[in-house]
Amino acid sequence: MSDPIELTGAQAAAAIRAGDLDPGELFAAYRDRAAADDLNAFTWVGDEVSEVDVAAPLAGVPFAAKDLFCTEGVPSQAGSRILEGYRPPYSATVVRNLHGAGAPLLGKTNQDEFAMGSSTENSGYGPTLNPWDRARVPGGSSGGSAAAVAAGLAPWAIGTDTGGSIRQPAALCGIVGLKPTYGAVSRYGMIAFASSLDQAGPLTRDVTDAALLLKHMVGRDPCDSTSLPFPEPIELPRRERLDGLRLGIPGELSRDGIAPGVREAFEKTVALAEELGASVDETTLPHAPHGLAAYYLIAPAEASANLARYDGVRYGLRVDGDQGLMAMYTRTRARGFGAEVKRRIMLGTYALSEGYYDAYYGSAQKVRTKIADDFRQAFARFDFVITPTSPTVAFTLGEKMNDPWAMYLNDYCTVPVPLAGLPAISIPNGLSEGLPVGFQVIGPAFSEPRLLDAAYALEQSIGFDGSEARA
Amino acid sequence: MSGTELEAVIGLEVHVQLATRTKMFCGCPLSFGDPPNVHTCPVCLALPGALPVLNAHAVHYGVMVGLALGCDIAERSIFARKQYFYPDNPKAYQISQYETPLCTGGHLGDVRIHRVHLEEDAAKLVHIGHSGRIHGADASIVDFNRGGTPLIEIVTEPDLRSAAQAREWLQLLRSTLRQLGVSDVNMDEGSLRADANVSVRPAGSDTLGTKTELKNMNSFRFLERGIDAELRRQRALIDDGGAVEQETLHFDPQSGTLTPLRSKEEAQDYRYFPEPDLPPLEVTAAMIERARADLPELPAARQRRYEDELGLNAESARLLAFREGLGEWFERGLATGEAEPQPLATWITQDLAAVLAGTEPADSKVEPEALATLVGMVMRKEVAASAGKTVLERLAADGGDPKAIVEAEGLAAMGDGDELEGLVQAAIDANPDAAEKIRAGKQQAVGAIIGHVMRETKGRADGGEVSRIVREKLGV
Repeated sequence: MSDPIELTGAQAAAAIRAGDLDPGELFAAYRDRAAADDLNAFTWVGDEVSEVDVAAPLAGVPFAAKDLFCTEGVPSQAGSRILEGYRPPYSATVVRNLHGAGAPLLGKTNQDEFAMGSSTENSGYGPTLNPWDRARVPGGSSGGSAAAVAAGLAPWAIGTDTGGSIRQPAALCGIVGLKPTYGAVSRYGMIAFASSLDQAGPLTRDVTDAALLLKHMVGRDPCDSTSLPFPEPIELPRRERLDGLRLGIPGELSRDGIAPGVREAFEKTVALAEELGASVDETTLPHAPHGLAAYYLIAPAEASANLARYDGVRYGLRVDGDQGLMAMYTRTRARGFGAEVKRRIMLGTYALSEGYYDAYYGSAQKVRTKIADDFRQAFARFDFVITPTSPTVAFTLGEKMNDPWAMYLNDYCTVPVPLAGLPAISIPNGLSEGLPVGFQVIGPAFSEPRLLDAAYALEQSIGFDGSEARA
Repeated sequence: MSGTELEAVIGLEVHVQLATRTKMFCGCPLSFGDPPNVHTCPVCLALPGALPVLNAHAVHYGVMVGLALGCDIAERSIFARKQYFYPDNPKAYQISQYETPLCTGGHLGDVRIHRVHLEEDAAKLVHIGHSGRIHGADASIVDFNRGGTPLIEIVTEPDLRSAAQAREWLQLLRSTLRQLGVSDVNMDEGSLRADANVSVRPAGSDTLGTKTELKNMNSFRFLERGIDAELRRQRALIDDGGAVEQETLHFDPQSGTLTPLRSKEEAQDYRYFPEPDLPPLEVTAAMIERARADLPELPAARQRRYEDELGLNAESARLLAFREGLGEWFERGLATGEAEPQPLATWITQDLAAVLAGTEPADSKVEPEALATLVGMVMRKEVAASAGKTVLERLAADGGDPKAIVEAEGLAAMGDGDELEGLVQAAIDANPDAAEKIRAGKQQAVGAIIGHVMRETKGRADGGEVSRIVREKLGV
């Protein structure tokens, strides 16, 4: 048997089922790598795996989970000091689903605090480093999951995407990241950032792994009223060609502000798609450029309500004193929340205030509806919309920390998608300046099976090799 | 303004805990009086990551209330987050309905309903210390058992014109909700809570004065007293040339005083927005039909039926229809066919009520069938009215069959034969003073003679007949 670390999740599961690989050894190999993690990708690593059901679909191949997935008895801190030491009494539905499919938890991964960020530098537990260049960020907010998978510290991982938090770090780390249709995966037990946008999805080495993990994540959950049954089974992708597929390129998300190297890689893959039989044409998403502005009202507004519960009384950090309850509240929140979280709580509180609601939150919701309409019209002519995932490759640590707007621009191409509740996948699209670039395919609601098929065909043709980051 | 008569304008906001099996957004059972914090879960404790799931039964009850009050039921209503930071509110927002409530419009009696919406109750704060209130408490502790209990809030239009009317209307609402079976509607236990919006204006004006909101009136009596106190305060203010300021007031039942909780400037901004964790609530025609099928006859409709079909007077009809269970009790007696509706109603609401002194008939030893039999006997003059009262006392004390009691005690009415004539003559002989007064024209002196006869006959004699014989014998 060759190095098990070089196997994808699906390959490892097949090897275990064939009796060629011992699941305990696989877990131990990853555990040792994760425990020796010098990227700060993990916030907690499991000791050993209990019983493994080799006959189960995921056959004991362990997964890493973004810190914000509540896991019974395991630290679940959402990257925030305000939840320091918090071990929930229950597990998120997604975690339970993956356990049920035979995947044990390897560890919890670092993230931007409450998923607010695009670099994982906003973590209360220190930044995560990009395995391709340790001076650079892995993207965010699911940066720990992305870095862990890219560096071979985990076979695969789950993260959450609110404005791009799965796809952008996947792009910057050279792996696959899928944000499912809103409602496809239960949010129960995901520590909430922006409830109308948050969606869990897989971060994997290849498209096949993304399909396999997603298959065991989706489904209607009675504990999440916004979840829906997935309308068809999710199969592993096999398609090699794109004959008959119509791809639309929105000018708004593929020209201005896209770094030349990223743009070049994008155009190369567009040409590949045509070679594979797809027809490619220009389309338009006229309101997509307003996506960031709408997102930075809606998400903070919802976050300001979701984060008001952290008061030091029932769980997590409490900074006591002798000056009574109000002082305890303010001290706890002052110390427990980081700067970006505080900024968004204030933004969101303001946007919902009496007299400002219509101008801010109300207008943002209208833009959101317009963006969804834009996509609807695009999908009348095209099967998928394609864009670069991130306008740039990974930037250096600290580079954008003092310029929130420059940081927010990272999500320019990804943010319209969750605003419209749509699924999208980012696949590795080669390197620019020696750093990974992502290619994003966006589909209509519940088109994941076809999205995965198309991404698989492109992936085979692109032939990206990410082994360098695992070395 | 002095000299102008000031009219009271009152609206009520009533919170009603729904008697569902489980809480509004989680599966924890409802409870009252259990040890603290035993009925909790990640959802009602607002643990990170937990999500609400709407209780279908609470929606059913909400639709029933809406139908009972004649409201329009929204096909699509929306939950909202009402944000306020307080220890009894672990999410720091209450899930309520704001812009699009479940029910709008409607009326109960002659008071219009503004809206009815669904929401969740807060946890219970227990203040440790002699005052029992937050001010001056040594410590405050939180019991999350109550947190998340389903509530409906019923908001009236400002159609009430006096404190007494407000109290009476709230009692009608309580009987209606009790009849619906959707709530325990117990003010002591807090399953029925009312706040009042109170203002005054020159009589005949149709503009509204500045209102104040009164809280903590946790009994019908306190509601009436609180509103009266506030009306007096507002009238005095205006009579002195002052103006009412918009504020929220806390009623202290011990002292009967009102203390300000917060002024308009301190009014909270709840920063409402649509609850993203819950899809809009869609009420289908089938759900409305199911709710309609579960509606019992309501007090107002029952009063109408008693008046229109049974010919009861308005007072009897109202008393029987509005007291929980009393109408059923009355109708059981009526079903025997022994007694006519109005005499039976009068016996229940007056004679029986006097004998039972506060005990509900259903909780007494008197069976409705027995009472109907007795009333029938009295009406047919088989038993004299006064002897009937004696039988009723026996029934209340020991229960049983009135016919058997009449027989055993020899209480059957006397015929109008010679026996009675002889007894009346004996009574006249024994009361010469009274006889003299009657002859002199003092009619009321006949009472002494009748009393004598009644004592001798244990009330079996017919008072009217005795009176007639007395007058005949004395030639008046």
